[in-house]
Amino acid sequence: MHRDDFVRRMQSPGGDKQSGRSLHIDLPLLVMLILVCCAGLVVLYSASGQNMFYVKRQALLMLVGFGVMFGVAQFPVRFWERWSFLLYGVGLISLLAVLFFGVGAKGAQRWLDLGFTRFQPSELMKVAVPMMVSAYLGKRYIPPAFGHVLMVLAITVIPVFLVVRQPDLGTALLILASGFFVIFLAGLRKRYLLSAFLLVIAAIPTFWLFVMRDYQKQRVLTLLSPEDDKLGAGWNIIQSTTAIGSGGWSGKGWTLGTQSQLNFLPESHTDFIIAVLAEEFGLMGVLALCTLYTLLISRCIMIALNSQSQFGRMIAGSLTLTFLTYVFVNMSMVSGILPVVGVPLPFISYGGTAIVTLFLGFGILMAISTEPKRIRTTL
Amino acid sequence: MIDDAAFSDPARERKIFVSRLLIAIFLAFVLGLVVIARYVDLQLTRYQDFATHADNNRMHVRPAPPSRGLIYDRNGELLADNRPTYILTIVRERSDNLSELLGTIGSLIEISDNDIKRFEKRLTRRKPYEQTPLKYDLTEQERGILAVNGYLLDGAEVSARLMRFYPDGELFGHAIGYVGRINERESQTIDGIKYSGTDSIGKIGLEKFYESQLLGEVGTEHVETNARGRVMRILDNRDPVPGSNLTLYLDSRLQRVAHKAFEGERGALVAIDVKTGGILAMVSAPGYDPNLFVSGISQKNYDSLLNSPDRPLFDRTIRGQYPPGSTIKPLFGLIGLHSKTISMDYVIDDPGYFIMEGIERPWRDHNSKRGGHGKGVDLAEAIIESCDVFFYKMSIKTGIDLLSRYSEQFGLGQITGIDMPGERSGIMPSRVWKKGARGQSWFNGDTINTSIGQGFMLATPLQLAVMTARIASRGDTVVPKLVKSINGIEVTRDEIAEPMNISEEHWDYIHKAMSDVVHSTRGTAKGISRGLSYKIAGKTGTAQVISINAEEEYDSSKIDKSQWDHALFVAFAPAEDPQIAIGLIVENGEHGSSAAAPIARMVMDMYMKSKAGSHQSSGGAN
Repeated sequence: MHRDDFVRRMQSPGGDKQSGRSLHIDLPLLVMLILVCCAGLVVLYSASGQNMFYVKRQALLMLVGFGVMFGVAQFPVRFWERWSFLLYGVGLISLLAVLFFGVGAKGAQRWLDLGFTRFQPSELMKVAVPMMVSAYLGKRYIPPAFGHVLMVLAITVIPVFLVVRQPDLGTALLILASGFFVIFLAGLRKRYLLSAFLLVIAAIPTFWLFVMRDYQKQRVLTLLSPEDDKLGAGWNIIQSTTAIGSGGWSGKGWTLGTQSQLNFLPESHTDFIIAVLAEEFGLMGVLALCTLYTLLISRCIMIALNSQSQFGRMIAGSLTLTFLTYVFVNMSMVSGILPVVGVPLPFISYGGTAIVTLFLGFGILMAISTEPKRIRTTL
Repeated sequence: MIDDAAFSDPARERKIFVSRLLIAIFLAFVLGLVVIARYVDLQLTRYQDFATHADNNRMHVRPAPPSRGLIYDRNGELLADNRPTYILTIVRERSDNLSELLGTIGSLIEISDNDIKRFEKRLTRRKPYEQTPLKYDLTEQERGILAVNGYLLDGAEVSARLMRFYPDGELFGHAIGYVGRINERESQTIDGIKYSGTDSIGKIGLEKFYESQLLGEVGTEHVETNARGRVMRILDNRDPVPGSNLTLYLDSRLQRVAHKAFEGERGALVAIDVKTGGILAMVSAPGYDPNLFVSGISQKNYDSLLNSPDRPLFDRTIRGQYPPGSTIKPLFGLIGLHSKTISMDYVIDDPGYFIMEGIERPWRDHNSKRGGHGKGVDLAEAIIESCDVFFYKMSIKTGIDLLSRYSEQFGLGQITGIDMPGERSGIMPSRVWKKGARGQSWFNGDTINTSIGQGFMLATPLQLAVMTARIASRGDTVVPKLVKSINGIEVTRDEIAEPMNISEEHWDYIHKAMSDVVHSTRGTAKGISRGLSYKIAGKTGTAQVISINAEEEYDSSKIDKSQWDHALFVAFAPAEDPQIAIGLIVENGEHGSSAAAPIARMVMDMYMKSKAGSHQSSGGAN
């Protein structure tokens, strides 16, 4: 019998005062998620041109997401640690399948048609990769030895490579980041960090010349000088910064944003939705959303810190940092700090798989949070 | 593989994890601050820039063109109206693929090659984001088709516009003129702001002369458009100020009569209100339909008008310069009397020709049978019977200098100052004129030719009417004008009235002689006196088109009609209290008495009739 299994049965003598614990619900986290989702639906209604169709669909997906989250939370952390490799394997196989049977649009092949629904394996990998890495490192010496680092590199880079081929650079980088976050939190030695950093610097030219496609290069170039091509690639950046800037402190009012309502803003209900929020609710709205995100992330960090197992810590920390990265990258690209990569704003942007994957991650966080407290005994 | 966890140190693991997490949180905090700083920069520091940019994005100022002033005749009949028409316009900037758009439109409604050609021409000289017309006068059906397929037609828009319409067509064509599309030359001289949204301009006639009053003031419309350029709503507008309405002295009843009388003829008539100088009728025949020009005349129509031998586009009333012929005689007689170079008792003997010393070639009397008017012809008889020889002799006595100087006071040889563009001055020959124009000295022979309104002398029908009006008014400086009031406010013009100081005796004499032209049995225009309930004073005239040798007889049957003499007539009525004065010419009409005088009678009849009708009193009829 494993030590953890033994410990789990020993409930704390005082009993569990948190009523959610038996249901494996972390109440503060749940409340904040509901708040963010509601805010998302409100903004989406306006961003979609007051189209209830999108709002209803998004709400339905959120309900499915909450269901997935509760479902995932019911399984013990140990279960997820043990079966991580299976999730990772399924993800990897479906990524390969995408390369051969995938469907997609605009020159990118990202979806698998399952008959009843369409499924984006790269989204699944955003959770599967950190889980796999966490599970792998959870059983190993900390800080990881060179061989382990190589193994983690392989676990991470293989799916990243497949996603790059789709091509979906944004998601690939996020998967890479999620894997990196785990090994970073696991205490990757400084010399590895430094060499990884140097490697990245060295890889940039290679990347530019051999990996990136023309439209991806264009996005980077556009970021540097959007005015060069006002009606082409620069249009998005110019219109989104205009939308954000013209919102001012207090915004133009809900559904009254001229940039978004008159279709100047591209992708207003998906990747660029923060611009709608910024235009209609102003900086106040942006700060309010950031506050909400900060509270949510704070709670996640608490969960990570309070986790009983190394796996739990690492996966919770990694998922939290990945979540933070989403927010950071999205808000940066829409405001013109980073090139436009297809990263949605979590819980606000319209989009199916992304929402469900997010909830999958939060389900695992809830599982960790509601893990029965082990009596801290140093044997 | 060995399970490392069995040997792991949970406390150390946790410690490392916490320190790493703190590093990550610190980095995230820094990056978060960068993002927040970016939003603060965009939304607070640069708010004004972006707010302006967003407004520029959505808001476009569209000019709201004013409606052009209307033109009425003196009785309030509408002569120039504005009618709503629908036009299809394209904003070049809003269309992703212009040729594709044109193709799509062409597949929906009929677009002629000509439409495309002109559209492309307009495209080259439009302002950015300006609506460029593609097709005018859309039918209801075409509008329907375009509306249904609107989603295919980004960049195209159907808009209603007021277009000039002349209800009477040809009737007032020359007087009122027409508006047409602003051409390249005009677009360089006009004030672009005043004309934004307006694509037509007065080209000729009153429409041109009163362009600034008729135009009105452009308004503005702030519209909100979406990214595709569709107008979503009108945010704010400043209404345009419509152009001023013109009320003319013209009387459409007289105009109709005159116009009808000229049917099939070439010629011109001008009728003036003697008291005011107001133009009562103004006809140049043949005319043209000004409506053809409003939305751009087709090359074919234009060519046929331009190349017609009857020259319908030529406004004979103010631009046609003809020898006045014998119509000048009353004036020259008056000048003779006034300058005392002849007296009322002065008589001549007329053998039918005149020989001047030193010149072999005799001057024939065109208006008498061989043998002349006989002995003892005085000025009155010379006017009544139109005796040339009397004027040959009298002009030598008076001299060209006096004739020329006084004639100018009656409006000859200079523009009359009518409120129409393009007026010609005619020629009142003088020594100075001949020296300047021909580089030659003046000869007595020139004076003799001038004395019967031939030779160098030329006058427009308008000048003849003005001259007659000044004679009729006993020397008032009658200045012709078409516009009576602008927006109900009477137009006043400073009239430089130089008193002529011609004695009443002389006026009476000339008026009596002119009256006898119509009313005496020997008068050249006695034909029109039948059944006349009022008195007309007039003078017939004939102007040679080709010169005939003195020995030859003019015989119309031997020459082409285009070379027949022009028939002229000047008249005023009622003779004892002149109100209307007329100058008219019928090209190649041969004789003033038969071709021209009856037209004057018809117009005057209508004038007297309408006068009696409008006053409900005894009026002019007795």
